[in-house]
Amino acid sequence: MKELRLKEHPILEVPDYEYISFYFNGEKLPARKDEMISSALIANGINVFGHHHKDGTAQGIFCANGQCAKCTVIANGIAVKSCMTKVQENMMVKSADGLPELPETNDPVEFEPIEELETEVLIIGGGPSGLSAAIQLGSAGIDTLLIDDKHELGGKLVLQTHKFFGSEEDSRAGTRGHEIGKLLAAEVMEMSSVKVWLNSTAIFVFSDKKVGVLKDGVYKLINAKRILNAAGAREKFLRFQGNHLARIYGAGAFQTLVNRDLVKPTERLFIIGGGNVGLIGAYHAIQAGIEVVGLAEAMPSCGGYKVHADKLMRLGVPIYTSHSILSANGGETVESITITEIDRNFKPIEGTEKTFACDTILIAVGLDSLAEFTLEAEAAGIPVYAAGDALEIAEASSAMFNGKIMGLTIARDCGVVSEDIPQEWYQKAEVLKSHPGKVKGYQNHKAEEGVFPIIHCLQEIPCNPCTTVCPTNSIHTEDGSLMAVPLYSGSCIGCGKCVLICPGLAITLVDYRKDVQNPIVTMPYEIMNYPVKVGDELSLVDVEGRFLLKAPVVQVIENKKVHTAMVRVQVPRELAKQVVSFIVQDASVSEALPNAIVAERASDDAMICLCERVSVGQVRELIRSGITDLNQIKAITRAGMGPCGAKTCEVLIKGLLREEGIPVENVVPNTKRPVFVEVPLDKFPNGTRS
Amino acid sequence: MAKNYDLIIIGAGSIGLPAALEAAKRNASVLVIESEHGPGQENNKKAIGGVRATHSDYGKISVCLRSIEIMKSWHEVYGDDIGWMSNGYSYPAYNPKDAQTLQDLMKIQHSYGLNIKWLSPQDYNEIVPGIKQEGLEGSTYSPEDGSCSPLLMGSAYYFHTLKHKVEYRFNEKVIGFELSGDKIDTVITDKDTYVAGTVINAAGNYARQIGEYAGLDLPVYPDNHEAGITEPVARFFGPMVIDMRRAPGSANFYFYQNNEGQVVFCITPDPPILGIDNRSTSEFLPLCSKRMLEIYPRLRNLKVRRTWRGQYPMTPDGFPIVGRSREISNLINAVGMCGQGFMLGPGMGELLARIVFDELSDSDHRILKSFDPYREFTGMEAFK
Ligand SMILES: Cc1cc2nc3c(=O)[nH]c(=O)nc-3n(C[C@H](O)[C@H](O)[C@H](O)COP(=O)(O)OP(=O)(O)OC[C@H]3O[C@@H](n4cnc5c(N)ncnc54)[C@H](O)[C@@H]3O)c2cc1C
Ligand SMILES: Cc1cc2nc3c(=O)[nH]c(=O)nc-3n(C[C@H](O)[C@H](O)[C@H](O)COP(=O)(O)OP(=O)(O)OC[C@H]3O[C@@H](n4cnc5c(N)ncnc54)[C@H](O)[C@@H]3O)c2cc1C
Ligand code: FES
Repeated sequence: MKELRLKEHPILEVPDYEYISFYFNGEKLPARKDEMISSALIANGINVFGHHHKDGTAQGIFCANGQCAKCTVIANGIAVKSCMTKVQENMMVKSADGLPELPETNDPVEFEPIEELETEVLIIGGGPSGLSAAIQLGSAGIDTLLIDDKHELGGKLVLQTHKFFGSEEDSRAGTRGHEIGKLLAAEVMEMSSVKVWLNSTAIFVFSDKKVGVLKDGVYKLINAKRILNAAGAREKFLRFQGNHLARIYGAGAFQTLVNRDLVKPTERLFIIGGGNVGLIGAYHAIQAGIEVVGLAEAMPSCGGYKVHADKLMRLGVPIYTSHSILSANGGETVESITITEIDRNFKPIEGTEKTFACDTILIAVGLDSLAEFTLEAEAAGIPVYAAGDALEIAEASSAMFNGKIMGLTIARDCGVVSEDIPQEWYQKAEVLKSHPGKVKGYQNHKAEEGVFPIIHCLQEIPCNPCTTVCPTNSIHTEDGSLMAVPLYSGSCIGCGKCVLICPGLAITLVDYRKDVQNPIVTMPYEIMNYPVKVGDELSLVDVEGRFLLKAPVVQVIENKKVHTAMVRVQVPRELAKQVVSFIVQDASVSEALPNAIVAERASDDAMICLCERVSVGQVRELIRSGITDLNQIKAITRAGMGPCGAKTCEVLIKGLLREEGIPVENVVPNTKRPVFVEVPLDKFPNGTRS
Repeated sequence: MAKNYDLIIIGAGSIGLPAALEAAKRNASVLVIESEHGPGQENNKKAIGGVRATHSDYGKISVCLRSIEIMKSWHEVYGDDIGWMSNGYSYPAYNPKDAQTLQDLMKIQHSYGLNIKWLSPQDYNEIVPGIKQEGLEGSTYSPEDGSCSPLLMGSAYYFHTLKHKVEYRFNEKVIGFELSGDKIDTVITDKDTYVAGTVINAAGNYARQIGEYAGLDLPVYPDNHEAGITEPVARFFGPMVIDMRRAPGSANFYFYQNNEGQVVFCITPDPPILGIDNRSTSEFLPLCSKRMLEIYPRLRNLKVRRTWRGQYPMTPDGFPIVGRSREISNLINAVGMCGQGFMLGPGMGELLARIVFDELSDSDHRILKSFDPYREFTGMEAFK
């Protein structure tokens, strides 16, 4: 069978892996040593890991993050989450069909004594915010323990292969996310007062002021004087018909599979959500050689940065604004998607349905702060702080800043540091999280001579590496602020540094020096998996992907260090300033099926709780009978009682309550209880009471 | 003008909900006042769902036998699934003394006609496969006891009371009574006042406080208990398992596999943790999992899904306090349900309705002796 793995990647290095064998339902399959069972299965083309015990429908990977248990398989007789369990030589893996059998193990259990540790500060989460805080605390010499449930530090940055926005000095803009993660982690490792525990999941902050942590499968208790919640966010899901099918998942799961595990989980992907996460997900897909059939966004324009959306459209990916998903169609796994245009009230417009063949649907419709550790610590009376996405959903650059602020705040509260928090830190944290602002027109370049950059970055976003990289200091934002759009004025020498650093791939150079009538345009290019060489005819497009003309490549300069090439074409003067890039994905990829598949409009068949298979209709009926308490809805339907602990359905039910016209203040939220993730009973060591 | 009801029930919990349904079936106008935002949100939903009639005295046995009948036939009579299972109860004995105590108790239980038998260690292994055999003397087994979901049961009662026109005031707390002579004239809440023919105090944890509003001292002292539930797995053992031994930090502990396939478990802290505190402690999971795995290693790979904490509204002797007040003639107390309010609930609801409407039988009078509010509270139940 064909192995669905990335053999090359334009940004990521593909190491030489050692291979082992394992069995799935009796069949011998290859796996990479130390990879997760789920990735090994997906690389072998297996996407259905089991069947739900309630309705027998297929289940597969969903969160790829240990939170939901939909990826459960039976490994050597024991039900495990395949996304969190490493595959082993000759492991016998079976699909989890129905309720698993508990293995017959009658040997007595050994109980290790419980280990308790003291720390001044406990940081939960090793993403940009937790790491930035740790650097501050480490510099102040404060005894700090940072825990993260992953095998590697960096949080979501680990999955980000694109260049980051922001400014160079404050947040390493222009550097790729995963590299920023490594830089921060290295800095933290230098700090002698900071201890780092990887593969360590916080389970709960208990009322007796102890935090339960499962470290490498061993349960420990931490007595922390202060806690920083830097645990990030979780992705939201959507209600639509067929939302329970296998091969529907979030951007985080997708990026984990593609960018961390280097597997190719899909051939044809459709994306829902035009925020940065969805837009970037699409871009990462193309870099992994995956066809992106389209992207739908409910609002009239994408909420993510325009440069991201533009980049996609130029590659040939259609973006359907004012569109939403109507259904995922298929037997066990996704075979196609039906999208529909929606009106201003988000109601589908009949007759506008379009169906596209695809094998996977990515849901990227926003994030929700992981607030529970803050609430638990408050209830336990432990001073608690939050930073990054756990505090407020924003970009990594702002997470770094407010992590830094919180780190110093804690150091001050510990009485170790007395310096004030620089006022400008607050200002920067504020700017960096700004939503995109106004869209402006192009700068007017009268003189068509010499060489100069055309800046196709037309929307105000907090980003300016182009202004700091220019050796002749010729690029400035309109008013000098980070948010304003950059403008060129000065003396370009045609070095191309701005072309290479721009995270939006939104700067080209036009060089009239050789031939005023047919200037040379330099375009940045990062998708070397679609190779480009001198002589290739390119379909050149403008900023939003509109076709301009065909022209041959005259030069390709690869810059291996930044994984970006400069591709040069020679084009007529009238079009030179409009050329931004070229189409790589053929239009046939995005063709709709001749007939749209429109199921009966029974959107209430959609699942609202995937864990317990509770439909939207069941919950809607309760809401209409006057029940607005999530605990009561849970008691009656079991929505929220499954393995994920209401992490997915809570937001969906709240959305339904809103749709039914219930004011937020009348909604009683779910009571949050231990444990954060399911833990086998024998992980708990010798317990007594104090 | 305050609204007038035949019956006002304080508390929509394990006791208040069944009482409301039974009273409403007699066409009484019933109001239930509940300080939480919905029905069953206090201790009712904290119960793990164990239901047994195999107690040691006439009162509890009779009420629970009736509860079992109601629960068992619920689906047939009312049409809703409440997850009832006749999976039985078992008390394995790991020392001769406990075996003796249990077998002595069985004699009393047999005298009440209860179906309970003594199983050899091997026979016990048949219904709880893999249970620790070392030191096992045998186990009681009462196959007609069982379990059901307190969440579903509470909701089912709630919806049927609505059909019978019971009114609810949620998010509303009773904060006092206006007394006139030996009667409650008005029930005062933080939002309104209501006039009632009869008032039932079914306020669970707060029963004592409600008593005080009527000048009574009801000895109800809540203590904290934590419980947990695992992922579901294919059914692998039958009955509720109760290990009655003491160990450092805990008295007994118990667990069973519910109708969803999930193992539900609970431990009794020793010494008790008095008061009301619903926050989870770090001690519960290590304490309880150790005791469970010691006698049942097979549970080791089972994953804990959720834990929670609630209270047993305890009385000094472990028996509920149920009956019409002598001092306040239209107040009926149905409080101090200890660790058994869920299983007592359905039977108790019917009994309460008979108290309200003066329909008590001889047997009822005998039952109520066990729960007499004016008893000495010095005895101790043979077996809690
Ligand atoms: C697809 C995508 C694209 C993005 N693109 C950009 C971009 O271009 N530019 C930009 O600036 N930002 C971008 N971001 C956002 C950025 O990645 C996040 O804002 C940032 O990572 C948040 O940092 P954080 O430290 O709050 O949380 P995270 O990076 O999420 O880190 C939290 C860490 O805590 C761990 N954790 C969670 N729960 C527990 C627990 N119970 N016990 C132990 N550890 C736990 C998590 O596993 C994780 O490692 C993107 C995000 C996504 C998803
Ligand atoms: C962990 C645990 C496990 C248990 N397991 C079992 C079991 O397996 N089997 C079993 O039979 N029992 C079990 N129990 C015991 C059982 O839960 C209780 O005995 C039972 O719920 C008590 O019923 P109740 O109606 O008295 O109290 P509740 O169900 O708590 O109802 C009392 C109601 O009164 C309301 N209230 C209080 N004060 C006021 C006021 N001033 N105004 C308005 N409303 C008020 C409260 O909000 C509450 O809803 C368990 C208990 C715990 C904690
Ligand atoms: S996909 Fe593995 S736990 Fe969610």
